[in-house]
This record gives sequence, C-alpha cells and structure tokens, in this order.
Amino acid sequence: MSRGLARSEEELTGEEVTVLRESLAPRWRDVFLQHLHHTKGGLYKRPFTESFEQAPLYVAVLTYMGFGVVTLFGYFRDFLRAWGFEKCNLAQEREEQKDFVPLYQDFENFYTRNLYMRVRDNWNRPICSLPGPQFDLMERVSDDYNWTFRHTGKVIDGVINMGSYNYLGFAENDPTFLTSVEESNEKYGSGVCSTRQEMGNLDIHEELEKLVATFLGVESAMTFGMGFATNAMNIPALVGKGCLILSDELNHTSLVLGARLSGSTIRVFKHNNMQSLEKLLRDAVVHGQPRSHRPWKKILIIVEGIYSMEGSIVRLPEIIALKKKYKAYLYLDEAHSIGAVGPTGRGVVEFFELDPRDIDVLMGTFTKSFGSSGGYIAGKKELVDFLRLHSHSAVYATSMSPPVAEQILRSMKCIMGLDGTTIGIQRVRRLAENTRYFRQRLNEMGFIIYGHEESPVVPLLLFMPGKVGAFAREMLKRKIGVVVVGFPATPITEARARFCVSAAHTTPMLDKVLNALDELGDHLVLKYSRHTRSSRPELYDETSFEMDD
Amino acid sequence: MVQIFRFMPNTRTNVFCACATSDAMTLAPADAGQQQDGVRATVGVSGDGASLLRGILILWIIRLLFSKTYKLQDSSDLTEKEIEEIIEEWQPEPLVPRMSKEKPAPSYNIVSGPPCHKITVNGKQCINFASFNFLGLLDNDRVKNQALQSLRKYGVGTCGPRGFYGTFDVHLELEDRLAKFMRTEEAIIYSYGFATIASAIPAYSKRGDIVFVDEAACFSIQKGLQASRSHIKYFRHNDMEDLERILKQQELEDQKNPRKARVTRRFIVVEGLYMNTGAICPLPELVKLKYKYKVRIFLEESLSFGVLGQHGRGVTEHFGVNIDDIDLISANMENSLASVGGFCCGRSFVIDHQVFALLAQKAISDYVLIVILSQGYCFSASLPPMLASAAIEALNIMEEDQGLKVVGESISPAFHLQLEQSSGSRESDVRILNRIVEYCMDRKIALTQAHYLEKEEKFLPPPSIRVVVTVEQTEEELEMAANLIKEAAQNILQ
Repeated sequence: MSRGLARSEEELTGEEVTVLRESLAPRWRDVFLQHLHHTKGGLYKRPFTESFEQAPLYVAVLTYMGFGVVTLFGYFRDFLRAWGFEKCNLAQEREEQKDFVPLYQDFENFYTRNLYMRVRDNWNRPICSLPGPQFDLMERVSDDYNWTFRHTGKVIDGVINMGSYNYLGFAENDPTFLTSVEESNEKYGSGVCSTRQEMGNLDIHEELEKLVATFLGVESAMTFGMGFATNAMNIPALVGKGCLILSDELNHTSLVLGARLSGSTIRVFKHNNMQSLEKLLRDAVVHGQPRSHRPWKKILIIVEGIYSMEGSIVRLPEIIALKKKYKAYLYLDEAHSIGAVGPTGRGVVEFFELDPRDIDVLMGTFTKSFGSSGGYIAGKKELVDFLRLHSHSAVYATSMSPPVAEQILRSMKCIMGLDGTTIGIQRVRRLAENTRYFRQRLNEMGFIIYGHEESPVVPLLLFMPGKVGAFAREMLKRKIGVVVVGFPATPITEARARFCVSAAHTTPMLDKVLNALDELGDHLVLKYSRHTRSSRPELYDETSFEMDD
Repeated sequence: MVQIFRFMPNTRTNVFCACATSDAMTLAPADAGQQQDGVRATVGVSGDGASLLRGILILWIIRLLFSKTYKLQDSSDLTEKEIEEIIEEWQPEPLVPRMSKEKPAPSYNIVSGPPCHKITVNGKQCINFASFNFLGLLDNDRVKNQALQSLRKYGVGTCGPRGFYGTFDVHLELEDRLAKFMRTEEAIIYSYGFATIASAIPAYSKRGDIVFVDEAACFSIQKGLQASRSHIKYFRHNDMEDLERILKQQELEDQKNPRKARVTRRFIVVEGLYMNTGAICPLPELVKLKYKYKVRIFLEESLSFGVLGQHGRGVTEHFGVNIDDIDLISANMENSLASVGGFCCGRSFVIDHQVFALLAQKAISDYVLIVILSQGYCFSASLPPMLASAAIEALNIMEEDQGLKVVGESISPAFHLQLEQSSGSRESDVRILNRIVEYCMDRKIALTQAHYLEKEEKFLPPPSIRVVVTVEQTEEELEMAANLIKEAAQNILQ
C-alpha cells in the first residue's frame, strides 16, 4: 500500500482513523480526538490537527535566566555609558534643542540599546535580487557591534529563501510570464497621481476587481494599494461608536489599528478559542453596552485565516456557527491564507468547504501568494458599494499602481487556469505537498513546531534569547535565509524561527534546509519535543517526492 | 492557628485575608483603599476589650463566610431560557446601511489608458487638470524604462516587510538619494503615501503628549493624530497669533504643573502646501515659535515636495529655512515623483526611531491593544522595487539642473539668470553667459548681461543675464523666449 506524504484531501476511513489515533503522541491524540467529534458532527469536513506543544519546564526557567543576564548586563553597560567608559553610539539630540522635552524616554530605548543591538544583524538584511526561492544578499559587516553596518560590496549568492511570503512562487522575473506587466508599465507608467474617487480609477482597476470577485465567488470586490491600509482604513468605515469588535488576541497590527481608529469598543478573545469567543458574544448580547446597557449596534468578529506568527488556521466552521447564532458579523483577514490553502487556492473558506457568502467581509492581500502588493475587500455588492463611497482609502489615497495591478491579474488568472495552463493549480498542490513534507520532517526530528499541519507558515520554537541570533547566523553560514522573532513580538519564553514554505522550493532545497536544521538542532540543542517520534519513519525514506511540473 | 482566605467578588474585587491566632488577631485588608467598615489592623490588644473585639471579628468572619456573595453582573441571575430569549430577540443594525432606491449605486469615472496630460475619461478625450502629476513624470520614458529594468530584475512584489527580507538594494539607494536631495541626515520610505504621516505621528506622539494642529490639516494627519491618542489642540488655519495664544495658554498650564510638563512632548503639525486650501504655511514664524515655546515641528510636504523652492525641496527651500530646524518632514512620492509610496526625512536622531520601531513597537506588543510607533513601516510589505526605481529616476530628472538659476521674485518684471555652478572665475562665467546671449540673439531674442562697474560696486553681484518682461510681449513671445533660453543653456552648458 503506497501511503505517500501527499495524502490529499479525501476523507479518512474509519480504519485509518484508528490507525492514525494509535500512532499519535498523547498530546496530539487529545487534539485529534477533540476534533473527531466535530468531524462526525459535520462542522469539520476533515480532521483539524493543530499543535502547540509546551516546552519542558527547565526551558522556561533557562529562558527567563537568559533574559535576566542580558538585562543585568544592559544596566551595567548603561552605567558604563553614563560615566563615559563606553562610547554611546545612539544618535544625539542637536545642541539647539537640548532643553526640549526629550523625544524618547530613556526606558523606551533600553531594549533597543542592550538586547536588540546584539542581534540586529539578523533583520533588515538587504537583498539584491528577486525574492524567489533563492536570493542574493548584500554582505554587510559591522565594525561597532551592530550600531552601524557597512556594505562590503560582496554578494552572498544563492541563499535559500525561507523567509519571504512567496507561497505560490509568483515572485518571479521570467520574461515570458511578465510580458503583460511590462506592457502595462509601458502603457500607464508606474504611478497614478490621483485617488479612486477623483481621477485615479483606471480601467485596469475595474478589471482587477471583477476578477477578484469571480475568484472568491462573491458578488463584488474592491482593491486597495496597500494591504496594511486595507484593514486600517476600512474597518472604521464599517463600525463605529456603539459597536463592538471581538478581536483574536493574535490579530495583526493593521487589524488592531483599524479597530482602534473605528472608535468601537474592542474586546479580545483568546487565540482561536471558541469558548472564549462564545462567552464574549453571549455577554455582549445579553448585557449590551457597559453602564448604559443599551444593546450593541453591531458586533463584528475579526479573525485571520492563517496567523502569521503561530501558523494556526482559524476555526472557521465554529466561528460561522457562532456568528449565525449570535447574529454577529464576521471580518476574515486572509492575508496569509488566500492562495496558500484550499484545493484550488481559494483560502480557508475553501479549505473548510464553506460558502464564501457566510463571511460578511472577506479581506486579503496580494503581497503574499500573488507576488504583488495591495489588498482587497470582497463580499456582497451593497458592502462594496458602501465602501466605494465611504472607505478612507478610496477618497484619500492614491490608487494602485497599474503594473502592480497587472501582476495580480496575471497571477490570479494563472491560479484560476484562465491562462490556459495548469501551472497555477500545480503550484497550489506543490505548496500543500511541500508544507506537509517540511512539517512532518521537522516533527520527526523532534523540533517543537506550532500550528496547523497544512499551514505553510511554520514556526519552529527556539525559546532562549541567546539561540535566536546564533540560529539565524548559523543558518546564513549554511546559505539559508530564515526569519527569527523573539520577545516582544512573541511571548517572552517563545522566541522562534519562522519558515514560509513556497511552491517554488524544490525538494533538494527543502532537504538542504532540513539537513541543516537537523545538524543545527543537535548543535544548538533545539529538539525540545518530548513526543514520541513518528512510528513510521521508513515510509518517508521510501517516498520519492517528485512532481511533474 | 486558623487561617481563612475569603474572596468576596464584589463589584470590585476585595480580597480580605483574615488570620486569627489564639492571643492576637490581625485583620489586614489586602486592598487598603477598599476598606468598607473601617476595620483596621489591630495587633495585640489585651483585656476584656480585646476579647470582645476578638469575638466581634470572629462573628464577622463567620458572617462573611456564609453571606450571599455578590454577583459580578447583576443581570446574570437570568435563567438560561431568558438568555436564549434575549439572544433570539436581539437584532443588530445591518453591517452597511441599506442603499436607498433613489440614490443610485456610486459610479466612479473610468479612465481608460494612462492618466497623463491627455486623458480619456468615460470615453471622452480630455486635458487633465485633475491629477497631481506636477512634473509630468508619469509619462516619462526614462522613468518607465528604469521601472522596466527593475521589473526584469526583481519581479513585482517584495513578499515581505522590511525586516524580513523585504529590504532591497533599491530601497536603500532611494532612501540615500532622498536624504541627499532633501539635505537631511536620513530618510526612510513607506510603501503607501497615505500611511506615511499617519504612521509617523503616532510613532513619536503618545498618550498624554500635546499636538498643535492647523485646522485645515489633511485627512492622513487627522488619522495619525487619532492613532496617537495624544491631546490635540487646533489653531485657526495659518493663523500664527492664534497658535501663539494656544502655546501661551499651554505655557501657563505647564507652570502650574511643572513635573508633568517635563515629560509632555509637544509637536506642531503643519502642511507645507495645504491640500485642502492651497495655502503655504508661514514656516519662518513657525520656526520662531518652535524655539520660543520649545515645540517640535512635523511638516507634511506631499504637495509642496517637488513644487516649491528652487530645486523642488519644498517649503523649507522656498523660505530659506534651515531644514535641520524642522524635526520631521514627510511627503509622498505619488504626486511630483509620479510613483507610489512616501518618505520621512530628518536628523538621524529622529528617523532612527522609526527604523527601530520594529522592536520598540513590539515592546508594547501586538497582544495588547496599544499601537505605537511606525507601524506603516514595520508591519507592511515594502515598496515594490520597480516603483522605487521609478522614484529614483524621477529624482534624477528633478536633480538635473538646467545650468541656470532664476534669481528674483516671481512677480518681479526684471530678474536675473545666474549660473547654477560657477565655472571657476568671474571672467569665464561672463564668457559662458555671453555665449548664451549671442545664441539667443542669433535666433531673434535680444538679451543682455547685467553690466556693472566692477571696482565701484560695494558688493558686486555675480554675473548674470538680466531679463525684462514688458506688457508688449505676447504670451507666445514669452513662451518662445523661455524655450530658447532653455535650449541655449542645454546646448552651451552641457
């Protein structure tokens, strides 16, 4: 019986369920069982396997100790700087303005000066090529412990890119693919110099919006020039004073900003926790607004499709059930999920086999899967028409650059197969396979990785602050570019590396990364997982992982 | 020893910790501010009074133990059925108001083809008086070509924010070029014009800080102020007396509470050229007020960048104000530069903050609903490289001088054309200018150099061609002359 990794979307049989359950480690089994009844109850069409394994206690203790040590050293070095024993490299206020109220409080910079500065070389690494599966980095060195960088002029070429959100590999510069983009650049130029409501509504924007609506299977769509601003500038048009926003605690900053700018009351529920959400919904409907107890005008639930730091997938079927029961509205941000999950790349809605019309506001970005820039909002015609009149972006912000719009048109047509090829759908499948392969291998090696087994965002837990810098540097030495994030972007004990799997990654590339990780995992002692390794490792050795594309 | 911990979920949580011992009794309210009946800690009281007190306290503790606890929400004694009914009855407002039948759905003008000088709107050919394409760079072949080269190398999207492999060499080059062009220490670019000042303001101004803003400030400034949650004080449009009045008022308030004043940052936010009124801000007066009242100035130059000043450096160049006196300048690259995005520039001290924001922002963390620092920079995908390249080329074109600079007010009928860069000596400058004069004379435009008695003049002006405009010259003649001088300068000075 051939059971390759690429076990695709079909349902599991009863026997397979038993086999799978037996093979799972205790914690995984709980997660699995928890969702089995949903599978049977019909909310979930297939098992929903997500894992957030806890680190051993000693790891947490050591992590806190690590922070303690750097903080102590930070105070010590601040003392040295204050007394002039150590040179202070921070930019200084000019003489004329010394008696102004200081622009920054001293403590605001403590973290920058003493912690971030030690590992600063692992972020903002400048690249000088296409951000494809492999890219070239500009080599830079620091002569003053990361305060300033000097470019040596040398290029580190052929670094495997595990950081860019290039899920479907549409960040490409193959001229045969880019002809239409080149033409639109020639025809329109790169800017627009006006807003949508004024003189910046080009025919190409109209075409794009029609295509986006068709792609998502909804009545209407509107596009915006920047993904961040799509959230920040449209949520205030939808809700306002007297409305309630229920927001997942891990929502992206743009959603948080949009919610805040709207003036609504904001309540936060625990990440992907339906009990927490239901409790808030129930309280909100029953008790109404605080003090006045007037009923809320509307309740808007804001969630993301795939959470970019956790790799978790939203429990959409449950949320839709809740939203229907409590008559709330649902705003779904598919920044990372559109194109990246679902059998034909239509995002989490398709992933769960749901009806897109059940979601009131579908939002997403073109930055990731489509290799372009900007964002969209889609839904019912009346919603989009309302936004055309009231969106801050439509009135005040310059419209999307025509070649950028053309790139979206091109890649979306490719995914839909409108270009007459099967390249798009092959890439969607390839991404799903790469994801499963990569996650499964990491699990076998004994790393703690977070998130849903089909999410292309793969966070690998490093925990200790000292390992963050070491990990990123060692990986770069092996010509692999990774993204690392630590406190305060994550909880203090959960520093992590984040990999974004792409359809453009070939199996040898992934194997190279995996081998490097295996080696480094032993070297830096990163294999924290206490779960039993897979009971069927030999299967993966047998699997030949070839795709015909 | 008996130890009783009693949690009484009142409307506010009071935690009373009562410890009873055999010979002394302590009753310590954990939350000192919440003592309800004035029972204070009593230690080691002896005699009858003490045992009486002891008895009362024990009784009180027993009462606490068995009394009915208060509910957090009065209404949660609703039955399950009642709750279900309320949920059933509640009807929210529609997500968006229903469109009335009379008001038709909104329709935008549809521009087919490029939004350049000649534009096709709703199928009609028009001359464009609507787009902010001030310098006509949208249709410029050099800009398009540069964008194309960049497209072929980098593709379209960057697939990441600046921190995570979204920083390209062209971004660094553009930032460097913008800083040099504006003559500031540093510049950073944003991927969206609107987000530039809207993200920059909350990066500096926080809750409790004070921002003085012109009433006519544009929408993105308003949004930035809203995001900053600072204290906002509006002054009448371009009215410096009104601003000074408010600043004085603030000074008086500060004297009342100097400790608070020492940590309250103050900012004036103005636009160089107001989007909403077309007026120029009185920058020199603003700078005076800045030093008098110790307020920092943020200047939004989206309209004035590339338009005002000899070289298009904006309102600082227009007024000859030292750019270091302005704490932060922000502008978009969507008007004069005909690309997409925006930038902030200023001294490193100010700008570095936005770059470091990646972590400083996160110090407050996504997990709490506080948004500070420059989110538009850290959390959004970076500017597509081809658009950065287009902006660089547009800057190149802006920086290419014609070789001659105009000296004099725009309303003066007599003005001077001087060499942008002296060729080294006065004699050679005169010789070059003379060749321009002759070139024009040959083509039927009479010009003259300004002549001086070089030894007698107290402060000898630099050599120049003096141009005089009169009522007799027609529009066409003026245009012809201007074009000819431009042509002469190009031919002779290249």
